[in-house]
Amino acid sequence: MTDKLAIDVEDLTVAYREKPVLWDVDMEVPSGVLMAIVGPNGAGKTTLIKAILGLVESAAGDVRIFGKSYTEQRSLVGYVPQRGSVDWDFPTTVIDVVMMGQYGRLGMFRRPGKREREMSIEALDKVGMADFRNRQISQLSGGQQQRVFLARALVQDARVYFMDEPFQGVDVTTEKAIIAILRELRNQDKTVVVVHHDIQTVPEYFDWVTLLNVRRIACGPVDREFTEENLRLAYGGRASFGTKLPNSTHR
Amino acid sequence: MEALEFIQNLVTDYTLRTVAIGSGMLGIVSGTLGAFAVLRRQSLLGDAMSHAALPGIALAFILTGSKSSLVLLVGAALAGWLGTYFVTKTVGLSRIKYDSALGMILSVFFGFGLVLLTYIQKMPNAAQAGLDKFLFGQAATLLQSDVYAMSVIGIVIVLAVTVFFKEFKLLSFDPEYGKSIGFPVRWLDAILTALLVVAIVIGLQTVGVVLMSAMIVAPAAAARQWTQNLGVMIFLSALFGCLAGMSGAVISSLSANMPTGPSIVVVISLIVVISILFAPERGMVSNLIRRYGNRKRLRVDLTLSTLHALAIHHNDPTHAHEASSIRVMAPSEFGVEKTLHELDKQGLVESNSEGKWILTQRGLRRAEELKANNGSEADD
Amino acid sequence: MSSSQIEIQLTAIVVAAACALPGVYLVLRRMALISDAISHSILLGIVVAFFIVHNLSSPFLVFGAAFTGVLTVFLVEVLKKSGLVAEDAAIGLVFPLLFSLGVILISKYSGDIHLDTDSVLLGELAFIPFDRLEFWGMDFGPRALAVMSGILFLNILFILLFYKELKISTFDAGLAASLGLSPVIFFYALMSLTSLTAVGAFDAVGSILVVALMIAPPAAAYLLTDRLSIMLILAVIFGVVSAIAGYWLAHYLDASIAGCMATVTGVVFGLSFTFAPNRGLVSIALRRRGQRLRFAVMMLSIHILNHEEAGNAAIENRVDTLDRHVAWDKHLIEKVVSKMKKSGLANTDSGLLVLTDSGRKFAAEAMLDI
Repeated sequence: MTDKLAIDVEDLTVAYREKPVLWDVDMEVPSGVLMAIVGPNGAGKTTLIKAILGLVESAAGDVRIFGKSYTEQRSLVGYVPQRGSVDWDFPTTVIDVVMMGQYGRLGMFRRPGKREREMSIEALDKVGMADFRNRQISQLSGGQQQRVFLARALVQDARVYFMDEPFQGVDVTTEKAIIAILRELRNQDKTVVVVHHDIQTVPEYFDWVTLLNVRRIACGPVDREFTEENLRLAYGGRASFGTKLPNSTHR
Repeated sequence: MEALEFIQNLVTDYTLRTVAIGSGMLGIVSGTLGAFAVLRRQSLLGDAMSHAALPGIALAFILTGSKSSLVLLVGAALAGWLGTYFVTKTVGLSRIKYDSALGMILSVFFGFGLVLLTYIQKMPNAAQAGLDKFLFGQAATLLQSDVYAMSVIGIVIVLAVTVFFKEFKLLSFDPEYGKSIGFPVRWLDAILTALLVVAIVIGLQTVGVVLMSAMIVAPAAAARQWTQNLGVMIFLSALFGCLAGMSGAVISSLSANMPTGPSIVVVISLIVVISILFAPERGMVSNLIRRYGNRKRLRVDLTLSTLHALAIHHNDPTHAHEASSIRVMAPSEFGVEKTLHELDKQGLVESNSEGKWILTQRGLRRAEELKANNGSEADD
Repeated sequence: MSSSQIEIQLTAIVVAAACALPGVYLVLRRMALISDAISHSILLGIVVAFFIVHNLSSPFLVFGAAFTGVLTVFLVEVLKKSGLVAEDAAIGLVFPLLFSLGVILISKYSGDIHLDTDSVLLGELAFIPFDRLEFWGMDFGPRALAVMSGILFLNILFILLFYKELKISTFDAGLAASLGLSPVIFFYALMSLTSLTAVGAFDAVGSILVVALMIAPPAAAYLLTDRLSIMLILAVIFGVVSAIAGYWLAHYLDASIAGCMATVTGVVFGLSFTFAPNRGLVSIALRRRGQRLRFAVMMLSIHILNHEEAGNAAIENRVDTLDRHVAWDKHLIEKVVSKMKKSGLANTDSGLLVLTDSGRKFAAEAMLDI
């Protein structure tokens, strides 16, 4: 639909105290794509998302969302952080959390009203949690927590979604339900990027994949890039990198 | 002292009135901000900042020669803020952890404050006297002007929290998400911390350095037990703080040699204990009662099902069994006799002339219900 | 120096050493603020014990107070385990209550006796020489010195005897449990010693200095070494140095001894924080300056290599557009490019930055390092 790339990352480098966590990473993702980011532990997957969202400082590189910087395009981007990043014993209800997704639109000083409430219930309905809207978040199971986080992002009605390890510690039913929702988003020509911990399910769930291990190993459609060679390069330990660059580029 | 006379005193006695209202205001302010501090795991930041305020107070006096509350409080606030800055920098730039940084700022700043105090002590006009009250809190020396100032500040703080409520909520719950949607998280954090510093600095006069952390933590910890709604929690926290403040002031005036600060702390601690034990959902006692009720219900259901199973085994729902046969089949922890009597009271079983037990019609229906439910247990 | 002055300093040294030892473990276990809690709540223990024995010099006082310290820790653990209150909040609830009860008891029932709230916080080292330990008509020196020396000895003994066990239970409670060492026992043993130390030091130096001595010297040591044994030794040294320096500072300024000592512990930490080799601010900054450039050269080399092999060097490696691709400001790029040229890693060739052979090797090796 649009000829601009949904996500265009160029030469992104992030260092933590002089050690590189992400190095010279390029990533180009069009609209209408459901993409997984995979790699071994410490590969920089979460850092990649955080750097794109400006939550972490990058040493070099550029990020464009539909051609413009992230700060200009915030309203087009929805973020679903890791479940563990939050204390679920916080005194608040399910619907309250989802309404937080609209704070960006409301800006400061305006209170959420009936319209926001209705939109939140709609989002909850999409993830199958509408009946739980007044439940305390401390009483939710892992899968339910994940759905609430997803609803919070959905209510933003973004065009690009970033999710960080959404299936970690989640039951199979929820996992399948979430994938169905993500597929629907993709069918609406949105872009969904998911940091995924389980390479077994990549071909089944995703159309695109980015293989990451501090450097970008591969980025593109699953059937083209999710090869044994690339997996070996990503997971086989850094020594196996050698001087040969992966010859799969999509430019 | 008669009740009426007492209330009269409360209103007419200048000191009591001043101290009570001042302490009440402190309770409201520290309760309100303490709610956020506790939720953000900053409980002991309050302790550190109260100690860190001392050199600020001393320096403010040395530099301006004024003992006016406003001047001293500004000094305290600046020192408190500086302390927070050092803590953040230390943790951010080295492997020293948050608790060690807090402990160092707390003790070193305070020690430095003591040095300044002894310097002041040597100044010509017995200057140190008024400054002591910040160390130990001498609520009895509160002036009406102090209380006016506290009330104004209190209103400002409560207003700020009301206006920025949803922003502070997001900041406390998920600051990273907030940042991703464009919230000025750093600014909000700075504002909230600044408000906390102001609350602490107000409280120093009333309860002193050591006890200030209780005023931040306790009302919020108590309020948390009663509700799962942030707004209600903040309200309750302020309410508990106010109650403790005023009660402490009153108690201390009624009893000889009873210091105000500690009285307030004892009252609020009592409120915390009561909340932890008896709050309806989270309270320990409530949980015990509930668990007991669950276990009892489980016992009853189990015995009924056992009786039913035995009867089915004989292909005759009216076949009576002795209590001992039931005991054999069921786990031996609980008293079968007692449970059977309980079932009898509920009309689910009855005993026949031989002292054996059979299911009643109702009992039979209930047992069949239980059986059906047991099959479909795996929901959610 | 008069004998009083010597005795005071000796006492201060012993106190500092005794505090530094358990302090190391508190800092490593992230329990630094327990020292604050204990040093305040023992007031209650002292008061209650005093009401029982009516004798300020009784050893019962010391043990009764130490017990309150352990009680504090126990109550905090109970609150934590209930799941209703977070750990930091639990600490902030327990010690003010105990301290308040202590203050109330003092105010109501002991009126004018030696225990007053001032000395609680501040202690008074200057009085140490006057409270002497006298047995069988002989003067054994200041009582505080004798008591603290005993406690120091106990601390050293405990750490020496259980060095390995303490080490394991501090760094890996799970491993300790699986080896049959009860982390709980060692935890409470450590807390008891901390408590005892705080009580002993209390009389001389007050709560605040106890906290300073338990946290700051170990923290300063923590920045200088990775080895527990060295950390323990350094912590003691820093504590002792702070104590002596603090004393003389107080002497010179005619100010509160405890206050000066606490301040000096802070200064010592500040010095370590700034100048520690490897971890200190200065060292980091120095490394950063050179390193930033080296890092940038590495990055740019790899970038050029990447795009050369990818075949789009013509677009990516143009010198004048580099700033857009790598998102560095032009000034930095100039510096890096000139450094690369100077080191023979690259040359400009018709507007493009091209790697030399050694530059290519350099970039390839750098990639291996990542």
